[in-house]
Amino acid sequence: MTNECECKCACGGTAAGSNAAKAPRVSTQLTLTDRIGAIKVRWGIGRMSYRVVPGLYAVGDPQAESPVLVSANYKMSFDRLRRVLSGRNAWILVLDTDGVNVWCSAGKGTFGTEEIVRRVQLCAVDRVVSHRTLVVPQLGAPGVSAHEVRRRCGFRVEYGPVRAEDLPAFLDAGMKATPGMRRVRFGLRDRIVLIPVELVTGAKYALLLSAVFLLLGGLGAGGYSLAGIRTTGVEGAALVLGAFLGGGILGPILLPWLPGRAFSVKGAVLGLVFAAGPGIYSLLGNGLATSWLHAATWLALAPALTSFVVMNFTGASTFTSLSGVQREMRYALPMQAAFAVIGLGFWLSGLFVA
Amino acid sequence: MRYLESAVTLEFLPERCVGCGMCAKVCPHEVFRIENKRAVLADRGACMECGACAKNCEHEAISVRAGVGCAAAVLNGMVAGTEPTCDCSGNSSCCG
Ligand code: SF4
Ligand code: SF4
Repeated sequence: MTNECECKCACGGTAAGSNAAKAPRVSTQLTLTDRIGAIKVRWGIGRMSYRVVPGLYAVGDPQAESPVLVSANYKMSFDRLRRVLSGRNAWILVLDTDGVNVWCSAGKGTFGTEEIVRRVQLCAVDRVVSHRTLVVPQLGAPGVSAHEVRRRCGFRVEYGPVRAEDLPAFLDAGMKATPGMRRVRFGLRDRIVLIPVELVTGAKYALLLSAVFLLLGGLGAGGYSLAGIRTTGVEGAALVLGAFLGGGILGPILLPWLPGRAFSVKGAVLGLVFAAGPGIYSLLGNGLATSWLHAATWLALAPALTSFVVMNFTGASTFTSLSGVQREMRYALPMQAAFAVIGLGFWLSGLFVA
Repeated sequence: MRYLESAVTLEFLPERCVGCGMCAKVCPHEVFRIENKRAVLADRGACMECGACAKNCEHEAISVRAGVGCAAAVLNGMVAGTEPTCDCSGNSSCCG
């Protein structure tokens, strides 16, 4: 957070009039601290401390006719916006979205009609600018009703491009978006940047589960043994962690190329491929009594885990629908649970078959 | 990339449409297209049920059960016995 953003909200409900003079000016240059902050947010470290104080901000030397760009008080949204405005004069109206990005807060309605109308009035935007247009990011539209905003505070909502990077071109074209600017993409890069936070979110469950496998590995026909932990236990933990990391990292990367439309199917396929190596290896290995149990363990457990992990990526994707996810989960959850139980059964039996 | 299409809840009533173009503007998946000054459902299956079109259609020509296509949210809802809730206040994954 730069010092400029930390100062008190310009509007703060005080008497309007000289708001223009009071609006804090923000830089369009990101500092090293900003960049480190962005990395920390991606890894889910203290992301809630990256809030921007809601209110009206000035970029460059804005005048009464300068555009008003609406943003969320999530630092990443705000930083991305101010960075693309380098060399321009504009106002940024930061809404209070509880520190959540535009897309998610629009879905919840915190980035919405109500908050826009409230913030426009609190900051007396009508006295700061002479025009009556707000540029709202297109991804804010699920929470905003443009005609309601106009009816309630007199400002016309103009939906800007999906990506902040397209904003300069949009403004230069007289607030006209090309079709490409309106489309949400979900390319490799978009998917990769989402991986860290997904991993951090699931890590505690994955670690807990692998610890359980590690400890259970000590069980055996001859009682509890350290040797069992070192061999079977470590392998069980590796299976869990491998499935978690494989699903969490390769799932998003390979998403378009994995077969099936349901994410759970894509994940299960990934898990099967992952388990095929150890599975075949143990079948080819000696000790027939345990080898098939061993192979079956991998082939049942790994797909169950990766299927679940990849299914959770639906939330980060940009094209899944609620109805679709609900339909998918009706089938996927029971299957995942069944395969997990079967796999666990094989594994536990394997412990006692010498 | 496309998702399960048969489950989509989007409905469009052409007789109410005045062709203002808002739905085509706000939809991030180009589900609507304006043809002969009327909206047409160009690609219903691509709808992700974000609800932006319905919310911005002044003439109530569009309805959709809006929500977030997020398995974690559906699970949260199942556990809590409520509608799907996306816990975006914490470190939840849905808000990258
Ligand atoms: S927003 Fe409504 S009225 Fe306007 S074009 Fe779309 S369907 Fe028609
Ligand atoms: S709900 Fe969203 S994705 Fe579906 S048609 Fe409307 S704007 Fe497009």
